[in-house]
Amino acid sequence: MSGNADIYHEMIVDYSRNPINYGEIENHDVTFHDSNPLCGDSIDIDIKIDENKITDIKFHGKGCAICMACSSVLTEITKGKSIDEARAIEKNDVLSELGLEHLQAVRIKCALLSLKVLKSALYTYIGKNLTDAEDVDKLKTEADNLY
Amino acid sequence: MQSTESLFENLRKDFPILKRTVRDNKRLVYLDNASTTQKPNQVIDAITDYYQNHNANIHRAVYALAEESTEAYEATRDKIANFINIKNRQEIIFVRGTTEAINLVAYSWGRPHIKEGDIIVTTEYEHHSNIVPWQLLTQEKGAKLEYIRMDDDGELILDDLDKHLATGKVKLVTFSLMSNVLGTITNAEKIIEKCKAAGVLTLIDGAQAVPHMTVDIEKLGCDFFAFSGHKMLAPTGIGVLWAKKSVLETMVPFHGGGDMIREVHKYEATWNDLPYKFEAGTPNIADVIGFGAAIDYLVKIGMDNIREHEIELTKYAIEKLSAVKGLHIYGTKDISKRGGVISFNFADVHPHDVAQIVDGEGIAVRSGHHCAQVLMERLNVAATSRASFYIYNTKQDIDILVNALNIVAKVFKL
Repeated sequence: MSGNADIYHEMIVDYSRNPINYGEIENHDVTFHDSNPLCGDSIDIDIKIDENKITDIKFHGKGCAICMACSSVLTEITKGKSIDEARAIEKNDVLSELGLEHLQAVRIKCALLSLKVLKSALYTYIGKNLTDAEDVDKLKTEADNLY
Repeated sequence: MQSTESLFENLRKDFPILKRTVRDNKRLVYLDNASTTQKPNQVIDAITDYYQNHNANIHRAVYALAEESTEAYEATRDKIANFINIKNRQEIIFVRGTTEAINLVAYSWGRPHIKEGDIIVTTEYEHHSNIVPWQLLTQEKGAKLEYIRMDDDGELILDDLDKHLATGKVKLVTFSLMSNVLGTITNAEKIIEKCKAAGVLTLIDGAQAVPHMTVDIEKLGCDFFAFSGHKMLAPTGIGVLWAKKSVLETMVPFHGGGDMIREVHKYEATWNDLPYKFEAGTPNIADVIGFGAAIDYLVKIGMDNIREHEIELTKYAIEKLSAVKGLHIYGTKDISKRGGVISFNFADVHPHDVAQIVDGEGIAVRSGHHCAQVLMERLNVAATSRASFYIYNTKQDIDILVNALNIVAKVFKL
């Protein structure tokens, strides 16, 4: 089989067919939506937060197998983490779970769309409770530097 | 005289890019021609020759080089006039491409003519370039944008046009001659006949049609016609807007600047004659000359031969693709009503994953919304995969595509 077909190993195909944490959380504390204008992938993430801890997270939307598999893995590793821990998740934390560290540049956006949505959701949540202008600026800079 | 089949097989040698390999020494199978086409040596050489031997600005200086470059630039205008049967060369305006041509009409014609409550009609299978300029114009003017819907076979429902025309408020009907996603060939004659009877102007987006079939503007009888060079062997960044002189004369300039003026005083200016009134600034001279070489090349093959070649390929492709497990083809199966563009999807496999796997086999197909999100909504899909053919494609290319798609079916256990 060709080099490019190799990335579609069992785990990715399975996750794309049977995504984990797929759906909506009705009484979420924060939700965020974003899409990839290049391919039309579109992801929503709902998060439930109790005492600074992510107690539940679900995603829904449309996307390719890479996007769906990465969203599944991301929500799995995020659940149970504190806000600060989740904020510190890096792209390789997701990619390495699926052996996608060397994904070509055009597909990286598919893989990382859900991470972008997660971070944006967290910034939205944190931002709501910030009063210090300096903290808001810091948060904005962090958000701007997201891929 | 050589047979048509060997004619098409032989012309592959004119395209240097087809000699290269991709992804571990695989033959390049280029099937994204609806997006842009490859360039033959004849076009590349014409551009090189211009820069090596004739480069000078046009229309002003009197020295030898300027005379040569002006002559070569204007020669393309005559070639275009012959190519799509335009009687008056003054009606041919060089622009960057179809997108700029349509924006020019929306701006220069739309501004003086569209008023609050007026209606502009487009269709559900338009490229964004034939939707967004009209959204901008109608929003600015308090006018309305309406659609001719598409049926499940990918053909326009012309009853919708009748309904819109009956309001008496329609000022322009704009449509593509061939859908860039489904390949549907629009029944332009019928639409224009209805619009003429209602005294409504028509604009045709010919970007997908002109490269692939004989187009006769005089016979069509539309008011505006737009197309791009790069989808027909010419360089990127050059295209044509044609409009009837009587209509062009009612339009305001698009860009102000050099070459478009007759006289400039401190507080006012008068405009140059057509077409220069709409060609402000130093134009894309080299690529216009390359465009001329591309037209020479196509004329030599013959547009009817090209259409026949693509019908043959499309027939073959539809037959072979239909046999791939889980694959669904969009649009009409009636070859006489479609060009060499095939959009398809697998049951639940995202087109991006399809494109990735077939790319590994050296195949360039497009996956995505093809700048036609209104159509994607109508088809109720986020995206499709699209293979589109041109003169240098062969049945072997299609066989390679079908093999790769069988790999997709296997990976995703269809």
